[in-house]
Amino acid sequence: MSNTSTTVSATANETTAFAGLETRGAHAWFGKHHALRDISLTFPARTVTGIIGPSGCGKSTFIRLLNRMHEFIPGAAMAGSVLLHGNDIYEPTVDAAEVRLKVGMVFQKPNPFPAMTIRENVLSGIKLAHLKRPNHDDIVENCLTRAGLWKEVKDRLGASGGSLSGGQQQRLCIARSLAVEPEVLLMDEPCSALDPGSTLRIEETIKELAEKITVIIVTHNMQQASRVSDYCAFFLTDGGPGYLVEADSTRKIFTNPSDPRTADYVQGKFG
Amino acid sequence: MSSETAATVEPQTPWSTPRAIRIRTTSVVALSAAFAVVVVLFTGVAGIDGWAITFMGLSIVVVLARTSRAGSKERKDALMRVIITSAAVTAFAPWLSIFGSVILKGYLGIRPNFFSQDMRTTTPDDFLEFGGALHAIVGSLLMVLIASAITLPLGILSGVYLTEVRGRLTFLVRFVVQSMSGVPSIVAGLFIYTTWVTATESFSAFAGALALAVLMLPTVARTAEEVLKLVPEDLRAAGYALGARQWRTAFMVVIPTVRSGLTTAAILGVARVIGETAPLLLTSLSNSALRFHPFDGPIASLPTYVFGYLQIGTEYAIARAWTGSLVLLAIVFVLFTLARRFGGKDKR
Repeated sequence: MSNTSTTVSATANETTAFAGLETRGAHAWFGKHHALRDISLTFPARTVTGIIGPSGCGKSTFIRLLNRMHEFIPGAAMAGSVLLHGNDIYEPTVDAAEVRLKVGMVFQKPNPFPAMTIRENVLSGIKLAHLKRPNHDDIVENCLTRAGLWKEVKDRLGASGGSLSGGQQQRLCIARSLAVEPEVLLMDEPCSALDPGSTLRIEETIKELAEKITVIIVTHNMQQASRVSDYCAFFLTDGGPGYLVEADSTRKIFTNPSDPRTADYVQGKFG
Repeated sequence: MSSETAATVEPQTPWSTPRAIRIRTTSVVALSAAFAVVVVLFTGVAGIDGWAITFMGLSIVVVLARTSRAGSKERKDALMRVIITSAAVTAFAPWLSIFGSVILKGYLGIRPNFFSQDMRTTTPDDFLEFGGALHAIVGSLLMVLIASAITLPLGILSGVYLTEVRGRLTFLVRFVVQSMSGVPSIVAGLFIYTTWVTATESFSAFAGALALAVLMLPTVARTAEEVLKLVPEDLRAAGYALGARQWRTAFMVVIPTVRSGLTTAAILGVARVIGETAPLLLTSLSNSALRFHPFDGPIASLPTYVFGYLQIGTEYAIARAWTGSLVLLAIVFVLFTLARRFGGKDKR
């Protein structure tokens, strides 16, 4: 039985019409270490896809392929293609910085810029990329509201980003990535260091975001995957490179997966 | 099941610059470099630095011309890259110039006898086949070794005091260390001269080493402090949370974490003093015979060897001085390489 040509069967008919992001036969290497094998996945526009799987199966590596962050690691290599609106982001003519402007990322650990205020943190992407956007005040309010942080910080926008709590910092980081208006937002276990309240807040944020943009979230938390995502992709490793076991609608993955390993994993039997 | 179905797929790096473009860029750079040589040869612009500045200007013009049809972002990107690269080249040029002239003028004296003989039975103006600098090499190494043996423990421990213990004297220690790093080297020599040399009534390798240690200590202590400061607070907390005492945590967790940084501190300290001449003239003086005893009378060293033979000023004496400088550079280079190799890299 081969796992090499798994695709999102449930979405196969609609994908071509409004595919937000798509990978075809994507591989990843770190030096000689083959980390990820032959991933073909489609992420429909304006949906949330959860990437689940045990530690070390290449989930983070996979989403770092999607916004060209993989290549920062010395010795990294890849194969296959990643299509944003049908255009390969790894074409030689494509500017990686432009890709990252469209495909934003929120990291596992909150990383607000410590030398900037809350307001400056939200606007930092616009400044860094030299974007010309009017009404900075509106952008700050809009992004902080969408990240669910506005009410808590509206009276102290001049405070340092580092003065916030961990959950607030993570929502600030989400607000910061929204300010440049990405089309896709990648989230690498964004809630793993947060308390249940902040987690809930961020999950609500994710659902609201999906009305406008495509969200891809790596998570270790099965409940979280079932709560926030529309689609789920299950990765696994047998000691070798990580591969895709199956990808489908979240409901199907959690109630009636086609692969027994998926069933075992989502029921908490391993991983 | 976990078959090697993907064995045929080759790793690629689509982000690296395509070969054709790399060749083009290299040839453009080579052409500009060659043209800059022509400019230096046939105009008033002179020297390696003249070449570097011409090269920098040329590269900027070439990049502006090449990107004239590209977008403004690409243009800025290419321009910044050229400015940064040529700034690095320009900063590199004086170093290259120094290194080049030491090698060109010093290599004549590199013969086996230079490393196996001293100058006891040779006059400075003898042919280069006679005499050598073994005594100076041994003297320099001996003094730097003693100075390091004194300074490295002291310097690293005071770094530990400043970052780990953080006692009441922290401010004072830091202040003293910082002002010591500004002490002129001749003052360090005078200090040891009045305290040690007059007391023992003898110049000696140990006196020289003491003077070098005075100069080396602030460099090592400050670098060690800066490096130890980089250790995340979480690591110390992890040590304490396992029930470790402060000193155990400092020596088993904090210091091993920054091993390579502390090696750098040691390297910087040695580099600071190995070429010092002035303090040695007041403490170890100089000698033309090979000696090993650290307390018994004047001893030679490479800097005083170079200084002495330059002062004599005859053709072969000056050649010896240049060779001495070359050997000094080579020793520093070898020491650094060894320290890097054995000091290890920080494990990730």
